[in-house]
Amino acid sequence: MSYIGIIITFVFINNFILAQFLGLCPFIGVSRNTDSAVGMGFAVIFVMSMASLATWAVYRLILVPLHIEYLQTISFILIIAALVQLVEMVIMKISPPLYKALGIYLPLITTNCAVLGIALIAVRSDYNALESFVAGIAAGIGFLLAIVVMSTIRERLDKEWVPKPFRGVPISFITAGLMALAFMAFDKALLKNLIG
Amino acid sequence: MYSEFSKGIFKENPIFIILLGLCPALAVSTQVVNALGMGAGVIFVLLGSEIFISLLKDFIPERIRIPSFIVIIASFVTIVDLVMQAYAPSLSRNLGVFVQLIVVNCIILGRAEAFASKRKLRESLLDALGMGVGFTLALLLISAIREILGSGTITLIAVGGFDGVILIPGLSSQPARVLALAPGALLVIGFLKALFNWLEMRKASRTVWAADPSAAGGAS
Repeated sequence: MSYIGIIITFVFINNFILAQFLGLCPFIGVSRNTDSAVGMGFAVIFVMSMASLATWAVYRLILVPLHIEYLQTISFILIIAALVQLVEMVIMKISPPLYKALGIYLPLITTNCAVLGIALIAVRSDYNALESFVAGIAAGIGFLLAIVVMSTIRERLDKEWVPKPFRGVPISFITAGLMALAFMAFDKALLKNLIG
Repeated sequence: MYSEFSKGIFKENPIFIILLGLCPALAVSTQVVNALGMGAGVIFVLLGSEIFISLLKDFIPERIRIPSFIVIIASFVTIVDLVMQAYAPSLSRNLGVFVQLIVVNCIILGRAEAFASKRKLRESLLDALGMGVGFTLALLLISAIREILGSGTITLIAVGGFDGVILIPGLSSQPARVLALAPGALLVIGFLKALFNWLEMRKASRTVWAADPSAAGGAS
């Protein structure tokens, strides 16, 4: 698949949150205001692109040559956990302002299923190194898009009257459901029309 | 003792009350049989990892406990993944990447950290069973609603001559297809959560009423 195809697929058609349900916990948890949603979104893009590249390297260069592909789950989750720690330390050293903006979201990302999800999906789709990297960035952008739209809607919703049992989480889910409905307009046919 | 088991089903239901483990709950709830498979996988991983962590809690150094827990959990997830690929290939295909994603299911690490690493083996065992069963029941409820309304069928395990699919008359010809698709999952869980909130609020106002009828009047 071409790179444009991968980008459109992961940002719109298979949007991680609205079509695949990966990364829902931070999506509901951190979408209360737009600033933190943007911070979380960029942290996720960063970690996902690094993670998909790192897991690709480990899978192709270590697990496959040694025929120990069954260690995939264990090795991937450890790579991601280590990577998040490393990224946290590097950012703290290089750019304290960036660390201040993203820092609190980084530990949350380890248990974000979207990161492990993109690593596993990239391996299953037989992507090469660059394709995995692009898929990681695209899936991250899809996450950013969904969480930012969601947070702006929630900021509006805070000012509206909502029936008591629906306040908070339930109305967020229903909003997300309606967003997912809108995202269903993006399907495989769109991709075919766009790039043939 | 019994309360350690039952709290996972009702009072601290992982999906509806503490909202953990939502990603798999939504993604695999298109058919009842997927919910059963996922539930069985999660119960196995929860049991295995809580037993191991409870037994090893005195040997794992405090500082590296989270990575150690993750390795233990990932080992059990690998077992489930391989067993499912070998003995239930169609289920494994349906659940796809979500079997491996059990490893980042917050319920399991959450219970390991909050419960198994502090309690005795027997309590951890009951806690794991309760949480697992609670998760499975919640998943069954969501998937039953989505499959019955969204496709007009109930898909169970095929046994002998029975192919495992029950058709609901009247619904299977004209189902509300949207519920079987991605938006349906989010809508169903949103409405279910609202229902549980409403039940809780009603219960709370009733207990206030029982204690002091005059105080409840203003509150409700």
